[in-house]
Amino acid sequence: MSLKAFHVLFIIISILLTALVGVWGVHQYVVHESGSSLALGGVFFFSGLGLVVYLLWYLPKLKEL
Amino acid sequence: MEIPYNVEERPDTGLYNGKLGIWLFLASEVMLFGGLFSSYILLRTGDPNWFKPELSVPMATLNTMVLISSSVTMVMAWASLRLQDFKKFRLFSAATFLLACAFMVIKGFEYNTEFSHHLYPSSNNFMATYFTMTGLHGLHVLGGMVVIAYLWGPGSRMWKTEPERFTNRVEITGLYWHFVDLVWIFLFPALYLL
Repeated sequence: MSLKAFHVLFIIISILLTALVGVWGVHQYVVHESGSSLALGGVFFFSGLGLVVYLLWYLPKLKEL
Repeated sequence: MEIPYNVEERPDTGLYNGKLGIWLFLASEVMLFGGLFSSYILLRTGDPNWFKPELSVPMATLNTMVLISSSVTMVMAWASLRLQDFKKFRLFSAATFLLACAFMVIKGFEYNTEFSHHLYPSSNNFMATYFTMTGLHGLHVLGGMVVIAYLWGPGSRMWKTEPERFTNRVEITGLYWHFVDLVWIFLFPALYLL
Protein backbone atom coordinates (compact mmCIF):
# COMPACT_ATOMS: atom_id res chain seq x y z
CA MET A 1 0.00 0.00 0.00
CA SER A 2 1.34 3.41 -0.93
CA LEU A 3 1.43 6.50 1.28
CA LYS A 4 -1.42 7.96 -0.81
CA ALA A 5 -3.70 5.00 -0.10
CA PHE A 6 -2.70 4.81 3.58
CA HIS A 7 -3.39 8.53 3.98
CA VAL A 8 -6.87 8.20 2.50
CA LEU A 9 -7.55 5.22 4.82
CA PHE A 10 -6.23 7.21 7.79
CA ILE A 11 -8.47 10.19 7.02
CA ILE A 12 -11.52 7.89 6.63
CA ILE A 13 -10.79 6.27 10.03
CA SER A 14 -10.31 9.75 11.54
CA ILE A 15 -13.70 10.80 10.16
CA LEU A 16 -15.25 7.70 11.77
CA LEU A 17 -13.55 8.65 15.06
CA THR A 18 -14.96 12.18 14.91
CA ALA A 19 -18.45 10.77 14.26
CA LEU A 20 -18.04 8.33 17.18
CA VAL A 21 -16.94 11.09 19.56
CA GLY A 22 -19.79 13.31 18.30
CA VAL A 23 -22.34 10.59 19.14
CA TRP A 24 -20.57 9.92 22.48
CA GLY A 25 -20.81 13.62 23.37
CA VAL A 26 -24.56 13.75 22.67
CA HIS A 27 -25.06 10.49 24.62
CA GLN A 28 -23.15 11.86 27.63
CA TYR A 29 -25.24 15.03 27.50
CA VAL A 30 -28.53 13.09 27.38
CA VAL A 31 -27.58 10.61 30.13
CA HIS A 32 -25.41 12.72 32.46
CA GLU A 33 -26.37 16.26 31.33
CA SER A 34 -22.65 16.89 30.73
CA GLY A 35 -22.32 20.18 28.81
CA SER A 36 -18.54 19.78 28.41
CA SER A 37 -19.03 16.39 26.73
CA LEU A 38 -21.56 17.94 24.36
CA ALA A 39 -19.05 20.70 23.54
CA LEU A 40 -16.35 18.07 22.92
CA GLY A 41 -18.73 16.15 20.67
CA GLY A 42 -19.43 19.38 18.77
CA VAL A 43 -15.71 20.07 18.30
CA PHE A 44 -15.21 16.60 16.87
CA PHE A 45 -18.33 16.80 14.72
CA PHE A 46 -17.11 20.00 13.05
CA SER A 47 -13.56 18.61 12.77
CA GLY A 48 -15.08 15.62 11.01
CA LEU A 49 -16.83 17.92 8.56
CA GLY A 50 -13.47 19.60 7.94
CA LEU A 51 -11.89 16.22 7.26
CA VAL A 52 -14.68 15.29 4.82
CA VAL A 53 -14.06 18.54 2.92
CA TYR A 54 -10.31 17.82 2.96
CA LEU A 55 -10.88 14.28 1.68
CA LEU A 56 -13.06 15.51 -1.18
CA TRP A 57 -10.53 18.24 -1.99
CA TYR A 58 -7.51 15.99 -1.61
CA LEU A 59 -8.68 12.86 -3.44
CA PRO A 60 -8.80 14.42 -6.93
CA LYS A 61 -5.32 15.95 -6.37
CA LEU A 62 -3.86 12.51 -5.58
CA LYS A 63 -4.31 11.45 -9.20
CA GLU A 64 -1.84 14.13 -10.27
CA LEU A 65 1.00 12.55 -8.25
CA MET B 1 27.91 -3.55 -6.95
CA GLU B 2 24.58 -1.75 -6.85
CA ILE B 3 21.81 -3.12 -4.65
CA PRO B 4 18.75 -3.83 -6.84
CA TYR B 5 15.23 -2.48 -6.20
CA ASN B 6 16.36 0.46 -4.07
CA VAL B 7 14.41 2.82 -6.29
CA GLU B 8 12.49 0.77 -8.82
CA GLU B 9 9.79 -1.70 -7.78
CA ARG B 10 10.53 -5.41 -7.73
CA PRO B 11 8.29 -6.99 -10.40
CA ASP B 12 6.98 -9.87 -8.25
CA THR B 13 6.14 -7.88 -5.09
CA GLY B 14 5.43 -4.52 -6.74
CA LEU B 15 7.43 -2.88 -3.90
CA TYR B 16 10.90 -1.37 -3.59
CA ASN B 17 13.12 -2.66 -0.76
CA GLY B 18 12.39 0.12 1.71
CA LYS B 19 8.63 -0.18 1.36
CA LEU B 20 8.72 -3.95 1.84
CA GLY B 21 10.89 -3.42 4.92
CA ILE B 22 8.61 -0.82 6.49
CA TRP B 23 5.49 -2.95 5.96
CA LEU B 24 7.19 -5.95 7.61
CA PHE B 25 8.16 -3.68 10.49
CA LEU B 26 4.63 -2.25 10.74
CA ALA B 27 3.22 -5.81 10.78
CA SER B 28 5.35 -6.51 13.87
CA GLU B 29 4.13 -3.22 15.38
CA VAL B 30 0.50 -4.25 14.82
CA MET B 31 1.24 -7.39 16.84
CA LEU B 32 2.91 -5.35 19.60
CA PHE B 33 0.09 -2.83 19.99
CA GLY B 34 -2.54 -5.51 19.27
CA GLY B 35 -1.21 -7.50 22.23
CA LEU B 36 -1.40 -4.43 24.47
CA PHE B 37 -4.94 -3.56 23.34
CA SER B 38 -6.01 -7.19 23.93
CA SER B 39 -4.49 -7.11 27.42
CA TYR B 40 -6.32 -3.88 28.19
CA ILE B 41 -9.68 -5.31 27.04
CA LEU B 42 -9.17 -8.55 29.00
CA LEU B 43 -8.08 -6.70 32.16
CA ARG B 44 -10.99 -4.31 31.91
CA THR B 45 -13.72 -6.87 31.21
CA GLY B 46 -12.30 -9.34 33.76
CA ASP B 47 -12.13 -6.93 36.70
CA PRO B 48 -15.49 -6.34 38.44
CA ASN B 49 -13.91 -3.49 40.49
CA TRP B 50 -12.37 -1.68 37.51
CA PHE B 51 -11.51 1.88 38.47
CA LYS B 52 -10.82 4.57 35.88
CA PRO B 53 -9.77 7.99 37.21
CA GLU B 54 -10.67 11.22 35.41
CA LEU B 55 -8.17 11.99 32.66
CA SER B 56 -7.73 15.27 30.80
CA VAL B 57 -10.00 14.77 27.79
CA PRO B 58 -9.44 18.35 26.44
CA MET B 59 -5.67 17.83 26.31
CA ALA B 60 -6.11 14.44 24.62
CA THR B 61 -8.54 16.04 22.15
CA LEU B 62 -5.98 18.70 21.32
CA ASN B 63 -3.34 16.00 20.85
CA THR B 64 -5.68 14.10 18.48
CA MET B 65 -6.07 17.23 16.34
CA VAL B 66 -2.31 17.81 16.42
CA LEU B 67 -1.53 14.28 15.21
CA ILE B 68 -4.17 14.33 12.45
CA SER B 69 -2.71 17.67 11.26
CA SER B 70 0.81 16.20 11.34
CA SER B 71 -0.24 13.34 9.06
CA VAL B 72 -1.55 15.92 6.57
CA THR B 73 1.73 17.89 6.65
CA MET B 74 3.70 14.63 6.27
CA VAL B 75 1.82 13.76 3.08
CA MET B 76 2.26 17.34 1.83
CA ALA B 77 6.03 16.99 2.39
CA TRP B 78 6.16 13.81 0.30
CA ALA B 79 3.85 15.30 -2.38
CA SER B 80 6.16 18.35 -2.61
CA LEU B 81 9.09 16.08 -3.45
CA ARG B 82 7.01 14.31 -6.11
CA LEU B 83 6.34 17.76 -7.58
CA GLN B 84 10.13 18.55 -7.42
CA ASP B 85 9.58 21.34 -4.87
CA PHE B 86 12.32 20.86 -2.27
CA LYS B 87 11.62 24.14 -0.44
CA LYS B 88 8.05 23.12 0.26
CA PHE B 89 9.25 19.71 1.41
CA ARG B 90 11.42 21.37 4.04
CA LEU B 91 8.56 23.63 5.10
CA PHE B 92 6.07 20.77 5.50
CA SER B 93 8.51 18.41 7.21
CA ALA B 94 9.46 21.20 9.64
CA ALA B 95 5.72 21.65 10.33
CA THR B 96 5.40 17.90 10.95
CA PHE B 97 8.32 17.99 13.36
CA LEU B 98 6.90 20.99 15.23
CA LEU B 99 3.48 19.33 15.50
CA ALA B 100 5.18 16.21 16.90
CA CYS B 101 6.99 18.46 19.43
CA ALA B 102 3.62 20.00 20.36
CA PHE B 103 2.19 16.50 20.92
CA MET B 104 5.06 15.57 23.24
CA VAL B 105 4.81 18.85 25.20
CA ILE B 106 1.04 18.43 25.68
CA LYS B 107 1.60 14.80 26.73
CA GLY B 108 4.23 16.00 29.19
CA PHE B 109 1.74 18.47 30.72
CA GLU B 110 -0.82 15.67 30.91
CA TYR B 111 1.58 13.30 32.69
CA ASN B 112 2.54 16.13 35.05
CA THR B 113 -1.14 16.71 35.94
CA GLU B 114 -1.60 12.98 36.58
CA PHE B 115 1.50 12.79 38.80
CA SER B 116 0.30 15.86 40.74
CA HIS B 117 -2.93 13.94 41.43
CA HIS B 118 -0.80 11.01 42.69
CA LEU B 119 -1.70 8.84 39.71
CA TYR B 120 1.23 6.56 38.91
CA PRO B 121 1.59 3.28 36.97
CA SER B 122 1.48 1.50 40.35
CA SER B 123 -1.84 3.16 41.33
CA ASN B 124 -4.18 0.67 39.66
CA ASN B 125 -4.58 -1.58 36.60
CA PHE B 126 -5.99 1.22 34.47
CA MET B 127 -3.10 3.60 35.17
CA ALA B 128 -0.59 0.76 34.55
CA THR B 129 -2.04 0.03 31.10
CA TYR B 130 -2.53 3.76 30.41
CA PHE B 131 1.12 4.64 31.10
CA THR B 132 2.39 1.54 29.25
CA MET B 133 0.38 2.21 26.10
CA THR B 134 0.72 6.01 25.97
CA GLY B 135 4.39 5.77 27.00
CA LEU B 136 5.18 3.26 24.26
CA HIS B 137 3.26 5.40 21.77
CA GLY B 138 5.22 8.46 22.92
CA LEU B 139 8.49 6.59 22.30
CA HIS B 140 7.28 5.84 18.76
CA VAL B 141 6.51 9.54 18.23
CA LEU B 142 10.02 10.36 19.49
CA GLY B 143 11.52 7.82 17.05
CA GLY B 144 9.56 9.38 14.20
CA MET B 145 10.79 12.84 15.19
CA VAL B 146 14.42 11.68 15.00
CA VAL B 147 13.88 10.32 11.45
CA ILE B 148 11.94 13.42 10.29
CA ALA B 149 14.67 15.69 11.71
CA TYR B 150 17.36 13.62 9.95
CA LEU B 151 15.54 13.78 6.59
CA TRP B 152 15.01 17.53 7.04
CA GLY B 153 18.69 18.11 7.93
CA PRO B 154 21.72 15.96 7.00
CA GLY B 155 19.71 13.24 5.23
CA SER B 156 18.31 15.74 2.73
CA ARG B 157 21.69 15.88 0.94
CA MET B 158 20.54 12.76 -0.89
CA TRP B 159 18.02 14.89 -2.80
CA LYS B 160 20.91 16.29 -4.90
CA THR B 161 22.43 12.90 -5.76
CA GLU B 162 19.51 10.41 -5.70
CA PRO B 163 16.20 12.32 -5.68
CA GLU B 164 13.99 9.27 -6.30
CA ARG B 165 15.58 7.29 -3.49
CA PHE B 166 15.21 10.27 -1.15
CA THR B 167 11.52 10.61 -2.10
CA ASN B 168 11.09 6.90 -1.29
CA ARG B 169 12.71 7.43 2.11
CA VAL B 170 10.23 10.23 2.85
CA GLU B 171 7.37 7.98 1.72
CA ILE B 172 8.31 5.14 4.10
CA THR B 173 8.77 7.65 6.93
CA GLY B 174 5.26 8.88 6.09
CA LEU B 175 3.92 5.31 6.28
CA TYR B 176 5.48 4.89 9.73
CA TRP B 177 4.15 8.27 10.84
CA HIS B 178 0.62 7.41 9.70
CA PHE B 179 0.80 4.15 11.64
CA VAL B 180 1.85 6.00 14.81
CA ASP B 181 -1.05 8.45 14.30
CA LEU B 182 -3.45 5.56 13.70
CA VAL B 183 -2.44 3.95 17.01
CA TRP B 184 -3.39 7.22 18.76
CA ILE B 185 -6.75 7.28 16.95
CA PHE B 186 -7.51 3.94 18.67
CA LEU B 187 -5.87 4.88 22.00
CA PHE B 188 -7.90 8.08 22.41
CA PRO B 189 -11.42 6.60 22.61
CA ALA B 190 -10.23 3.41 24.37
CA LEU B 191 -8.42 5.19 27.21
CA TYR B 192 -10.14 8.56 27.50
CA LEU B 193 -13.78 8.12 26.50
CA LEU B 194 -14.97 4.55 27.06
